[in-house]
Amino acid sequence: MGDVFDIAIIGSGPAGLSAAAHAAKIGLSHILLEKTDHLSDTIFKYQKGKHIMATPDQLVLRSDISFAAGSREQTLQIWDEELKFHGINVKYQADVVEITGEKGDFLIRFSNGSELHARNIILAIGTAGNPNKLRIPGGDLPFVQYQLDDPKEYFDEDIIIVGGGDAGIENAMGLSADPEQGNRVVLLQRGPDFARAKPANAAALTQAKEAGRLDFMVSTTPVKLEPGVMTVESPEGPVELPCDRVIARLGAAPPRKFVESCGIEFTGPDREAFPVLSESFETTKQGIYVIGALAGYPLIKHCMNQGYDAVEHINGNTTLKPADEPLLEKVFAGLPGKLDVSGWLAELKQRVSIFQDLSTLQLREFMLESRMHFKEKGKIVFERNDIGSSLFAVVAGRVDIEVDPNNKKIIVPLGDGEIFGEIGLISGRRRSATVRAGTPTILVEIPRRAALKLIATVPAVKRAIDRIATERQIKTIFGSDISDAWMKRLLESSEMMEVRAGEVLIEEGKPGTDIFIIRSGSVLVEKEVGGKQVFLSYVSAGNYVGEMSLFEGGERTATVKAAIKSEIIRLNGDDFDQFLRANPQIRDRVEETIDARREVNRFVEAQKGSFSSVVDLYSSVANFLLEQGLGEATDALLIDESLCIGCDNCELACAETHDGISRLDREAGKTYANIHVPTSCRHCEHPHCMADCPPNAIRRAPDGEVFINETCIGCGNCQRNCPYGVIQMEKMPPKRPGLLSWLFFGKGPGPGQPPKEWVEQNHGLDQQDMPKTAVKCDMCKGIKGGPACVRACPTGAAIRVSPESYLNVTQREGN
Amino acid sequence: MARPVGKAHRQDARHESFLRHAGFRYLKLAVMMSLAAILGYFMVDAEPRPNGGSLIGYTLGTIGALLILWLTFLGVRKRAITAGRWKLKGWTSAHVYLGLSLIVIATLHTGFQFGWNVHTLAYVLMMAVIISGLFGIFYYASVPQQMSRNRAESSEVDMLEELADIDRQLEEIAQPLPQPYVSWVQKAVTKTKITGGLFTRLSGRVGNCATAKALDKIRAAISEVEPPLDEQLENVASILARKNVMLERARLHAKYKTLLEFWLYFHVPLTFALLAALLAHIISVFFYW
Ligand SMILES: Cc1cc2nc3c(=O)[nH]c(=O)nc-3n(C[C@H](O)[C@H](O)[C@H](O)COP(=O)(O)OP(=O)(O)OC[C@H]3O[C@@H](n4cnc5c(N)ncnc54)[C@H](O)[C@@H]3O)c2cc1C
Ligand code: HEM
Ligand code: SF4
Ligand code: SF4
Ligand code: SF4
Repeated sequence: MGDVFDIAIIGSGPAGLSAAAHAAKIGLSHILLEKTDHLSDTIFKYQKGKHIMATPDQLVLRSDISFAAGSREQTLQIWDEELKFHGINVKYQADVVEITGEKGDFLIRFSNGSELHARNIILAIGTAGNPNKLRIPGGDLPFVQYQLDDPKEYFDEDIIIVGGGDAGIENAMGLSADPEQGNRVVLLQRGPDFARAKPANAAALTQAKEAGRLDFMVSTTPVKLEPGVMTVESPEGPVELPCDRVIARLGAAPPRKFVESCGIEFTGPDREAFPVLSESFETTKQGIYVIGALAGYPLIKHCMNQGYDAVEHINGNTTLKPADEPLLEKVFAGLPGKLDVSGWLAELKQRVSIFQDLSTLQLREFMLESRMHFKEKGKIVFERNDIGSSLFAVVAGRVDIEVDPNNKKIIVPLGDGEIFGEIGLISGRRRSATVRAGTPTILVEIPRRAALKLIATVPAVKRAIDRIATERQIKTIFGSDISDAWMKRLLESSEMMEVRAGEVLIEEGKPGTDIFIIRSGSVLVEKEVGGKQVFLSYVSAGNYVGEMSLFEGGERTATVKAAIKSEIIRLNGDDFDQFLRANPQIRDRVEETIDARREVNRFVEAQKGSFSSVVDLYSSVANFLLEQGLGEATDALLIDESLCIGCDNCELACAETHDGISRLDREAGKTYANIHVPTSCRHCEHPHCMADCPPNAIRRAPDGEVFINETCIGCGNCQRNCPYGVIQMEKMPPKRPGLLSWLFFGKGPGPGQPPKEWVEQNHGLDQQDMPKTAVKCDMCKGIKGGPACVRACPTGAAIRVSPESYLNVTQREGN
Repeated sequence: MARPVGKAHRQDARHESFLRHAGFRYLKLAVMMSLAAILGYFMVDAEPRPNGGSLIGYTLGTIGALLILWLTFLGVRKRAITAGRWKLKGWTSAHVYLGLSLIVIATLHTGFQFGWNVHTLAYVLMMAVIISGLFGIFYYASVPQQMSRNRAESSEVDMLEELADIDRQLEEIAQPLPQPYVSWVQKAVTKTKITGGLFTRLSGRVGNCATAKALDKIRAAISEVEPPLDEQLENVASILARKNVMLERARLHAKYKTLLEFWLYFHVPLTFALLAALLAHIISVFFYW
């Protein structure tokens, strides 16, 4: 191929396809390059019949390709037709492996060695990346595959699955679910256990093996593949396994390496970083544009709009207003000062230091998710103990922080450009001070997810936030009357550290006086008694440990280890000691808190001789609860099995108050010493489920409830990300007749979650192709009286508890 | 310190059962009501003798009838999950103690006049409801712990699935066996009942269980056959034994569930009979007045 194209578009997802369509429409010479033999591989791989949603609703679609909510099949079919209609020049099986050259003459190389020239490049390859390949002799045989579309397609085969992550386990379970299919499934796992998989998946796999439905081998790696046999290296030596099909689920390599090899810079080293982009989507490599999921915009509508915009920019249109302009107008509506969107953006960049390094494109994105506030003098921004994890910045005006709850007069003023709210942002816990507007003030509120993205994008923001947060935390803990000089000294010798779950911070009996402030996560305090580690207490974010030894001769009196992955601020013990000596009033305060801890120590110490089984039980129950994820919970449902009569009225109540779908499964889950942890949301401090929700539909309500709003697109990411298996993908069941018509006339299925058969019979036509969306417990947000499950339990077995008190559930005396 | 504060709905970890609800609030109320009734009964000198027709009799009768209506309303309260501060636990607690206070209130209302009539019928039905309620309390207090221990983290669905799995294994392993062993095993697969009617469930076992029988026969046969058949039969026996253990667990589970429920089969229908008798009692009183 000798021609040089104006634009080569790599990747035919919604972003690339829309770009190609627009290039075709305005007559630019173009080529759309796609690795697979079909359009839009990410969407192609959705499960059959998946309903695709077109969110956000308010955003207009600006593309020559049409897109509306509908099934996967419809969407792909329409796109295939429109591809022909627009005369898009598409090349399938064109796997781009290298881009060299400069703007005006890029050289694109494919995996099969062929090449192609283009003046500009649009990279729209998404974030799925390439599956890691099975690198053994025979690994390229035709019966090796990297994906499983429909497990029902395979019959009477010897199937080997390589890789014991969630994907591998789910495939193995799917292939062996129906014994009628007669498949013999073996899963190979390199490690000695299934640590990378969700505990529920690992447990299901073990159960399936015990039941003889499938087999797995741990500490085993494939060595060689020949038609019909795979040789593997197991702990007992080499073994030959019969093999008709191999499904390798070895994870995927993100496309970042490839993108960087093109000369494109990213915003930072973290996993969350994205390519640095100009307002016109151009990367740091001139002539290469990045759009779509790879640019950090996972929603299909965004992708398509960007395809259009990028081509307009390449074609020389410099006055194009992005499609989100009306949305941004709304964000800035109602503020004093008559500025337009670009005026406000410029103002923000100039006044708020954390925005300084952002590109206008990034700032637009942040502002779409953020809110602007205008507060009259004296109005409250937030109050101490409010739940909130957003970050605030003062755009103009002044706020006063009331740092001392006992004396409202003690305030710390913050002026233009300064930020606050970062402690809630980092720890996920309640606000530690009340904040009021000191003058008429304009504020920007950045929600947690966007703020974290900001921190990941701009290193200077991370440093600033770390420093401010440490300082504030020291002040909230030890009092706001610390002099600046001392603060400086403490900060200078402090250190920020990240610890894994189980990592030991302090070891009993060892010397040491450093102080550890828990910034996020939580730690456990344990003491050795009679050769056993006895659980003493649980310390959550916003508190500190390690002060005892300063008063007890420099020797650690207990062991402290991280309960979950935590961020810790370590203060130098010598400096802290001198600080306390110089500040007797603070020393007194610290000593007060120590008394309580001494008390517990003394109690446990007293049990040493006749080690009581009560203490033993207490610490084993605490450990059990922490294993069940309660170390990161903010509010969890527990069931006292000595009271539970199995009536399932809790589930009935949940279904009654939540569209007929119960969000808790009472019977499932683990039990220890009569305490049962049912399958139900823990409202985690830092919810895993929020991690990659394309429309950002999972939110935290003002009272701490983690809930899913109506913008859920049903992608199932949250279901996969929640380690506790509490999210279900469900259709809303049809409306049921009321309680009275059931009671008196037997109409409908009665209260509670209706049975499957009834739902199927009563779904109207419109509901047939209604999408499945994610449903989970919302802690009965907005329902007066609070959690229905707890209120509806006739015996008091069901309780909801916060992390501080649940560890005491075990101390209940009789009932 | 930045201690998170608890939300209102979060219980104190020292949560109480329905019997101890709010520091025995309703027990105290019930005792007080009963004492007041007794006091009223003996203080007020009714002529010629206390009965339902006297002033105190009417008062007690009205209170009793209203109480019964309110007690019946628990069935609705339990299912109408409306918003608001109510807690079913409190309702159950009140239900139990105020229900028991009826023993005093209604008995005094009768003035100890019994006979073969609709009045006494209503009284007897009421006492029957109360006695069945007492059974309920007994089971609520004693069964949950046993049930929890027995199910050992597996849910009912898990149990059934595991049994189905074992059956699949049995079918597979039995196929190559000669007769009569195959048909023994097949019987264990197809003829085993997990549980049966009310009495079977309450007993927690199933007489003549096909699995137990197959296990006995196969075990007996092992010593009488030649290798390699003996080893095959050993395998079959071990799976059958596992099924037996699982069956025991499932049957016990059914037993416990039934224990927690079956008294309601008396409590609720008797309640409706009581309501009918109560209506008849009230109407007849007004007619013959
Ligand atoms: C299960 C699931 C459900 C979802 N549901 C929705 C929904 O309902 N609504 C919504 O708005 N969003 C949804 N999303 C998100 C959305 O699908 C993606 O974010 C979107 O497809 C991204 O589009 P893209 O064009 O940037 O990249 P992709 O769609 O990922 O397309 C990239 C294309 O590039 C090709 N490619 C990759 N590398 C190369 C290479 N080196 N050379 C050539 N070609 C290459 C790939 O084969 C692929 O076809 C969902 C996501 C998932 C996983
Ligand atoms: C005349 C008096 C009583 C009447 C009319 C009455 C009626 C009822 C009714 C209608 C129900 C609802 C059942 C259901 O819908 O599941 C119920 C439940 C119950 N009753 Fe009674 N009852 C009476 C007295 C008592 C007494 C004295 C006790 C205890 C000693 C008692 C214990 C219970 C219990 C434990 C429940 C079950 C609660 C639950 O699981 O939700 N009742 N009763
Ligand atoms: S409502 Fe209470 S008693 Fe009934 S199943 Fe739920 S926890 Fe158990
Ligand atoms: S859904 Fe799962 S991850 Fe999300 S808050 Fe609840 S328990 Fe935590
Ligand atoms: S708190 Fe509400 S939403 Fe959550 S499980 Fe209980 S009833 Fe369901």
